[in-house]
Amino acid sequence: MMPVLEVKDLSVSLHTPRGLVRLISQIDFSLNPGEKFGIVGESGCGKSLTALSIMSLLPANAIMSGEIWFQGKNIQNLTEKQLRRMRGNRISMIFQEPMSALNPVKTIGAQIAEGLLLHLRINKKEAEIRTKQLLDSVGLPVSRFSLNLFPHQLSGGQRQRVMIAIAIACQPDVLIADEPTTALDVTVQERILDLINEIVEDSRMSLLMISHDLGIIAQTTERMVVMYAGNIVESGTTVDVFQSMVHPYTYGLFSAIPKPNRHLHARERLYSIPGQVPEPDARPVGCNFADRCFQVEEICRITPPDMKIIHGQHKVACYRPISHK
Amino acid sequence: MLWLIHACGDSTMVKQLKEVLQDGLYNRKFIIGSSITLLFFAMALLSYTWTPHSVEEINIAVKLAKPSLEYWLGTDHFGRDIFSMLIFGARNSVIVAMVAIVIGMGVGVPLGLIAAAKKGWIDETIMRFNDFTFAFPALISAIMITAILGPGSVNSIIAIGIFNIPVFARITRGTALSLWKREFILAAKSAGKGSIQISLEHILPNASNILIVQATIQFALGILAEAGLSYLGLGTQPPAPSWGKMLNDAQTFIHFAPQLAIYPGLTIAITVLGLNLFGDGLRDVLDPKLRRSR
Ligand SMILES: Nc1ncnc2c1ncn2[C@@H]1O[C@H](COP(=O)(O)OP(=O)(O)O)[C@@H](O)[C@H]1O
Ligand SMILES: [Mg+2]
Repeated sequence: MMPVLEVKDLSVSLHTPRGLVRLISQIDFSLNPGEKFGIVGESGCGKSLTALSIMSLLPANAIMSGEIWFQGKNIQNLTEKQLRRMRGNRISMIFQEPMSALNPVKTIGAQIAEGLLLHLRINKKEAEIRTKQLLDSVGLPVSRFSLNLFPHQLSGGQRQRVMIAIAIACQPDVLIADEPTTALDVTVQERILDLINEIVEDSRMSLLMISHDLGIIAQTTERMVVMYAGNIVESGTTVDVFQSMVHPYTYGLFSAIPKPNRHLHARERLYSIPGQVPEPDARPVGCNFADRCFQVEEICRITPPDMKIIHGQHKVACYRPISHK
Repeated sequence: MLWLIHACGDSTMVKQLKEVLQDGLYNRKFIIGSSITLLFFAMALLSYTWTPHSVEEINIAVKLAKPSLEYWLGTDHFGRDIFSMLIFGARNSVIVAMVAIVIGMGVGVPLGLIAAAKKGWIDETIMRFNDFTFAFPALISAIMITAILGPGSVNSIIAIGIFNIPVFARITRGTALSLWKREFILAAKSAGKGSIQISLEHILPNASNILIVQATIQFALGILAEAGLSYLGLGTQPPAPSWGKMLNDAQTFIHFAPQLAIYPGLTIAITVLGLNLFGDGLRDVLDPKLRRSR
């Protein structure tokens, strides 16, 4: 099966006042049709930049290298017009902050209809009908939610539902969800994730779920990569990574999750990885994780490790992966 | 006033307008400013249907009359009714300032939008041109332009309009630049919209409050500039009455008939003050942040 989206050796650098800073490097993954894929990593590790690279929406001062293939085409070879026809139509994106990602002075009905009118050959009347169907399908039935509501009249969860309606309006082949529930209450999170899951499965879209939360990735994806300081450090099926994580960073991430059934003082005892993520312009020469790793060796500080296969699809970038034997 | 607001329909536009007006009722600047502004517009409109006397009718027999039931504010040195002239002058000021704003916004806003959307050399060119026109104070540039085009009310409209262009271009660009950094613009891009569409559908509606407030300020400045030009004889030409012309005429009699200068002077001052208060109040009322905190 040909992947619908392939990211090959992607690196992004940014011109800053302090010179050119490399923010992500050697990002490699692919997304099959209908597949649900996850990117997990701490805030600042470059997840959003990866998503923006795929949308070809990097800031003007960014330099990208590597290749991104979408539906058999290298997106760097597409014209601006072709890119616009792709965005929102074949591939669309849900953002983290539904309040700031919606236009504050436009009604939700207008914002959903705009995308339809832009990409589909339909008239206003048809767009309105379709808008109502879309609102219905994201759990905002028109019987209770008028098309004329403004974003500030909705709750956070309802706004995110509107964002989802906008993103799926043209039935894209790939849906990128960049931390879609991070700004929401826990109870609302669950329902939004269920909604995304349901939509993706019903219309057989591919999903690229981005989150700092391992739980969300476990819940929504089939394959995943773990990012740390701009690199992929581990990749594989979600089951593999969850059951037998091999990178010390992944291991640390898991240990940092509060587990249910622990007794009351679990929080204090929770493991946390020592040290801090290095800033993009102060990354070490060797492995980015070396300074925080509990089993660091000499080689780790000399050259960064390459991705190597552990077993099947399960890969890791580490000289001393944790053994599960 | 409230019943009027409630009597309106329920479309979203009307609803927003209602909200703004309701908030406005709690803002003193807005109330005073909008009352003066409304009065001023009412005067201008009134001139089309009724004035106590004809403004072109010269009647030396009643020259420099004191205020009376017949002549509410007295008469000038030609025996013309001052109150009628003020009403006509209001119409003249409204038209000049209004058309000048249409010119200023019609050219300036698109320029500002383009500059912010395209950046690079287009932005540079537009903004350097802007700096150039901006370097001359309003009245000076208006005088220069009327000196080139010749005196007359149409030319003074053009002169003030040209002065308005860089003002609107600059404020539109500044507002647009900060809006372009917002996340909903990134979301709009990710939905496949191009820069023209984003400028029209997202930037402009979000900049409209700021532009409306700026328009009221430019309106006041336009009235001042028109009065200045007419005072210098470069604006509205006699016999059409204008506030600036009235001031000029009054100069000769300043010692024994100071009221001739006081009436138009006060009218200009109150109108400009009213418009500025209105603009200021409108800024508060339209500001969604202030509104939410209430
Ligand atoms: N426009 C920008 N200018 C400067 N630095 C940026 C910009 N965008 C992102 N970065 C930096 O790039 C890194 C990765 O950012 P991002 O992809 O947003 O991380 P994530 O989404 O994983 O939290 C961060 O260190 C961030 O500070
Ligand atoms: Mg992010």
